[in-house]
Amino acid sequence: MSATFLGMPGNFPQNAAEAVQNSQLRYNLRKATHTIRGKRANVVGELPDWQELRAAGKAIKDDTLRHLDRYLLQLEEAVTRAGGHVHWARDADEANRIVTRLVQATGESEVVKVKSMATQEIGLNEALAAHGITAYETDLAELIVQLGDDFPSHILVPAIHRNRAEIREIFLDKMRPVPADLTDEPRALAEAARLHLRERFLKSKVAVSGANFMIAETGTLVVLESEGNGRMCLTLPETLISVVGIEKLLPSWRDLEVFLQLLPRSSTGERMNPYTSMWTGSAEGQDFHLVLLDNGRTNVLADEVGRQALRCIRCSACLNVCPVYERAGGHAYGSVYPGPIGAILTPQLRGMSSDLDASLPYASSLCGACYEVCPVAIDIPEVLVDLRAKVRHAPAERVGMRVAGWILNDEVRLAKAQRLATRFRKVVPKRLPGPLSAWTDTRDLPEIPEESFRDWWERNERA
Amino acid sequence: MRVALFITCVNDTLFPGTGKAVVSLLRRLGCEVDFPAAQTCCGQMHVNTGYRDEGVRLARRFTEVFAGYEAVVAPSGSCAAMVREQYPKLVRQGSRGAAAIAEVAPKVYELSEFLLDVLKVDDVGAYFPHRVTYHPTCHSLRGLHLGDRPTRLLQNVRGLELVPLPAAEECCGFGGTFSVKNPAVSAAMGADKARSVLDTGAEVLCAADNSCLMHIGGTLSRQRTGVRVMHLAEILASTEEGGAQ
Repeated sequence: MSATFLGMPGNFPQNAAEAVQNSQLRYNLRKATHTIRGKRANVVGELPDWQELRAAGKAIKDDTLRHLDRYLLQLEEAVTRAGGHVHWARDADEANRIVTRLVQATGESEVVKVKSMATQEIGLNEALAAHGITAYETDLAELIVQLGDDFPSHILVPAIHRNRAEIREIFLDKMRPVPADLTDEPRALAEAARLHLRERFLKSKVAVSGANFMIAETGTLVVLESEGNGRMCLTLPETLISVVGIEKLLPSWRDLEVFLQLLPRSSTGERMNPYTSMWTGSAEGQDFHLVLLDNGRTNVLADEVGRQALRCIRCSACLNVCPVYERAGGHAYGSVYPGPIGAILTPQLRGMSSDLDASLPYASSLCGACYEVCPVAIDIPEVLVDLRAKVRHAPAERVGMRVAGWILNDEVRLAKAQRLATRFRKVVPKRLPGPLSAWTDTRDLPEIPEESFRDWWERNERA
Repeated sequence: MRVALFITCVNDTLFPGTGKAVVSLLRRLGCEVDFPAAQTCCGQMHVNTGYRDEGVRLARRFTEVFAGYEAVVAPSGSCAAMVREQYPKLVRQGSRGAAAIAEVAPKVYELSEFLLDVLKVDDVGAYFPHRVTYHPTCHSLRGLHLGDRPTRLLQNVRGLELVPLPAAEECCGFGGTFSVKNPAVSAAMGADKARSVLDTGAEVLCAADNSCLMHIGGTLSRQRTGVRVMHLAEILASTEEGGAQ
């Protein structure tokens, strides 16, 4: 993942510490995540075969990833046969160059966009802007983020950190045309956006999208959405360019049956999403280009534990149940992929050389709620722990952990350390120094007992 | 029945009362309790913080120390889950270590599992006349899938009034070294958990892990709430004659 998303500098603990102080943000996030969480639980609960569906989703994705080379070539052939053009992009720069060149070839200087994580990941809008091409986001939430000169903070609900009063301000300030008497009623806000977007749809000659799924067998791309704005973009313009990660493949049409159940129920908490658009190659005179994006994915594929992250279908169920995400918010993760999935995906795609990326595998209490709701059974805690073993640890911490490991690996040493602690039990300060002050800043310490359990046992029981 | 007590390093060092409670409870139920003195730590802190080599050494030690016991009882859902769920992932399949783990791990029980599944006791004859709420810790809930075992045991304690904890399944924010690596989020989660505990009006917060209780209890204490925290074993060991441990 070469294009760096600079949502926030620093590292996760610092970013999160700032975010938890923002009580409005915490209120917005709590309300929103708990609402979606509840909806998801209801619609998942009504399917008696949910665990079987989940196992099937995992198995299909695992098979796809195991034979990705074969399925990708099959897809390329099918798309080409249907009149589409397939481009291969090794990284973000290459993908951005390809899309820029394709837009330039149409002679247009504006594109409309369908909500897409892949184009966020590569920073496509910024790359196009550098060549004088303006990209207009048409997903309502992405529009709010774009107009507010802001960063998305959630995979499904990019403006989850904004409440309706803030959205009204942004619209009045930045959106044209805009009704002068705009209120913060959700209906009024949506209507204003509709008015604004309708003009764009009718004017634009080029659209850029991602895709939720690509069917290797037929070369069909699939986009699931709620607003219908995606369908406008996919069908009206003369040229359609889709940038899709190579892991978005499914082998056959039949596999969709599983995923069209798993995705809407896990993401929006609906039985079925309102709009499902499918297209194969260049249809009805539209010129279609598919840019297949690697950007670090084959490296992830090479990792036996980490590769399960590529099963992700971007439903964001893990974000909505994560107690850490709920308090820290999406921006703290400094990536277009926030929350638990981001904490395992970003460090694998970008590497862990920056302070921020190295802190992401630790942005979890390992409570396991994410694994429980994941529709493709990604064992996120397992990957987090695996990544933690690969991070370069701070020297002081490394020394501390080695000493602790040395003491714990011998019962005599452990007993001596316990007796030492016991001897100083009355003089332990209420506030600890150094990194341990992180505990005593907000929590009292337990009292150190007069003797350890093992000494008590030795004294009383060993006869 | 002869059982080995795996006390866990946290209980051994900071909460010996929990260990004593397990010993008295198991003896009351007719078990012979052994404490293998060579035991130290399951290695969870090292593995989960990214120090796998140190963790693997401690895991190897654990499997050697507890090999040959019919049953190993741990008063910690988290440490039992470490042995049963995470140990197999630390070694190569088919290796000697894997065989040793496969031998020991299934015999490691969290206390409530041992009482209900092995001893088949759901009333341990305890007496504890207090209003209690129970927090199911993450690793006992989503790792070991303890379900309602602990609350079934608590419901049968004479005098005890069990009140449900709102949003019980939410993590308290301890998370091992997470509590000091991400202190702001950890404290925010702890504060929300403390709020839920206070909403119940309980005098005592009970759980199957002293590490989580240390975090929630430390928060409750800093906030001067007066709510006590107690390990499940300590409540189950309390009797009318003996009083609370």
